[in-house]
Amino acid sequence: MATTVSNSGLRRPRLPYLLVLPAVLLFLLFVLAPGAYALILSFQTRKVTGGLLGSTSTVVFAGTSNYRSALGDAALWGSTLRMVAVGVIVVPVTVGLALLFALLLDTPRARLTRFSRLAIFLPYAIPGVIATLLWGFMYLPATSPIGGRYIDFFGSTQVFFAVANIAVWGAVGFNMVVIYTALRALPPEIYEAARIDGGSETQIALKIKVPLVLPAVVMCTLFTVLGALQLFNEPNTLKPLSNAISSDWVPLMKIYTDAFVNADIYRAAATSIVFALGVLVVSFAAGRIVQARVSPAEKGKR
Amino acid sequence: MNKSHVRLGGVALAGVLLIAGCGSGGGGGAAKSAGTGVSGGGKLDLTFWDWDPNIDKVVALWNSSHPDIHVTLSNPAGGDQLVSKMITAHQAKNGPDIAKVEYQSLPALVSGGVVRDITDLTKDAVPSFDDATMKATRFEGKVYGIPQDVAPLMLFYRADVFKKYGLSVPTTWDQYAQEAADLHKKAPKVSMTNFDAGDPGWFTGLVQQAGADWWTTSGTSWHVAINGPQSKKVADYWEKLVRSGVIEKNPSFSPQWNKQMNDGTLATWISGAWAPAQLGGIAPATKGKWTVAPLPAWTAGDATTGIWGGSATTVTSDSKHPAEAAKFASWLNTDAAAITAQIQHINIYPAATSGRSLPILKSAPPFFPNQPAFYDVVKQVAPSARGFSMWGPDVTVAFSGYTDSFGAALQSGGTFGKALDTMQDASTADMKKLGFNLN
Repeated sequence: MATTVSNSGLRRPRLPYLLVLPAVLLFLLFVLAPGAYALILSFQTRKVTGGLLGSTSTVVFAGTSNYRSALGDAALWGSTLRMVAVGVIVVPVTVGLALLFALLLDTPRARLTRFSRLAIFLPYAIPGVIATLLWGFMYLPATSPIGGRYIDFFGSTQVFFAVANIAVWGAVGFNMVVIYTALRALPPEIYEAARIDGGSETQIALKIKVPLVLPAVVMCTLFTVLGALQLFNEPNTLKPLSNAISSDWVPLMKIYTDAFVNADIYRAAATSIVFALGVLVVSFAAGRIVQARVSPAEKGKR
Repeated sequence: MNKSHVRLGGVALAGVLLIAGCGSGGGGGAAKSAGTGVSGGGKLDLTFWDWDPNIDKVVALWNSSHPDIHVTLSNPAGGDQLVSKMITAHQAKNGPDIAKVEYQSLPALVSGGVVRDITDLTKDAVPSFDDATMKATRFEGKVYGIPQDVAPLMLFYRADVFKKYGLSVPTTWDQYAQEAADLHKKAPKVSMTNFDAGDPGWFTGLVQQAGADWWTTSGTSWHVAINGPQSKKVADYWEKLVRSGVIEKNPSFSPQWNKQMNDGTLATWISGAWAPAQLGGIAPATKGKWTVAPLPAWTAGDATTGIWGGSATTVTSDSKHPAEAAKFASWLNTDAAAITAQIQHINIYPAATSGRSLPILKSAPPFFPNQPAFYDVVKQVAPSARGFSMWGPDVTVAFSGYTDSFGAALQSGGTFGKALDTMQDASTADMKKLGFNLN
């Protein structure tokens, strides 16, 4: 200890590095290393050589053939379109409902707020697969308590809403809490001033609260967009229940099927890289667009 | 110990913890480390992956009679998922010693180098099986597994529903279609069966019965004929039934299907001889209501049927004790006591010829108290069960193609024949890509 104290002046700059070390190590181990491995795999392929069953297969360099077949695969583009379709439903509904619930809970006349807050938050605590299994029961005609006998939840169009519904149900609570917390952090004097000026609760909500919590709403939107890009659990768990969902329904399901069902991990790696790049571009663009929308408001505030 | 050592030790410990964390997530990783070594008393320990319900009772039988070779049972997954796990475990070089593999997956595992050639280790066991059975585990003269059970495709029907609506047990497919239409007319809410696009096993059994051979070989080259005329005949037959609305089209093995099987919405189930063990979980309220009959024929009097499933016990190429592992695989499937225990607890129909005349087969499975002669029907059908001449090395591709293309045909139109074309294209493209010779 004595050495540390005497050298503290010298050592202090090292402390931050030491503190970020675990995070950096974990990032290297679980993000960068698998990513690099996937990159290597994506340029390889398996070729069988000897005999009928080719039990002496070898892994060979494949050039860009995995990428060409991934990009030329209509199934990948179809799955991307379906992912976008679900996302178009999920993102506005999730953020809209979260904002609505947060505003309702924040009104002075709201009763049972603690219970309601918990009730809305609770679905977020339920693992996605279990929630999807439960929703599956509710959708299937023979077991449905919510009219599955009359509504075909697995119809070719309805299935998008069926999947989106599960995702929304699981995500609203978390976003609601984020926005609600932002609302509670606002100084109450603003509302008092508004009320003295004769503003109704609705006006206060729309003209004062919403603009002020916009940064929180933007953050929730970003999270929800990222979540929508990673759609996998809901459709993958619903798949065995109906004919509506194929094994390549969304990009991640296609990658999973290629890698672990069709045992072509090399092609799956190439598709993963393509998909990861796509996601990176989209989330960056989404971040910029949302930021651009929100900054004028922030500037106005200043 | 000075400080830098302590710090280094801490980092090393963290690393070890991380790696240990990864290992336990992989499932079976921990079991394996105990599995390969020889423990203190000179006792050998083998790991065995199997998903049969109650197989633990059979393994216990081995452990009590073989004190020198201990088998540790593990159930990481079932069916196709276990195949994925085996391939992954093989890449990490920590697979089990012994594993249960369904016949259709075996060529793919041989091709991937996951299972071991045990020809020399099983010379005593192989004569217990007839050639037709060994065909599923012996390729190019090399034995890759000991057959566990055979599962001829059969017709399971609800005797009570048949009686209620005055149906007779169909012996031909024409009669089956006719009765399906009659039944639907009499009781619109009841259907003869459902066309299952989820599990390809029953459909491959049906095309086998019709005479299709999806994969054939000559020398070292393959011929793929998934969309051949026999398969198209079967596809057209079922498409007609589905389009006329007399049968359901939801997938099997779902909560929806369980309910339909339980409440009498579905009057028949075309399934393998292993069905009695499954029905208890699928439709518990129907004990004693099902009866088994031979599968309807395309031409009256033809006894040919297909096969759905059936498995072999294999030894992996990662096993450090292949001789002992092969000994267990042989014991499991040829020893009278072991087979008896399997029939009793797992309701298998044994692959071993001698197993088919065991006294235990005189009594029906517990779920079929109404049909004491259950196994007599199976025994009568089994010899005329016809499989493909060989399963292809990329069955998983063809099978996931089945689920997708038939699912799409049921969901949004499109013909079943075209679904078969899609499967054919997917299978040949994959085999070509891997470098197999095709003709």
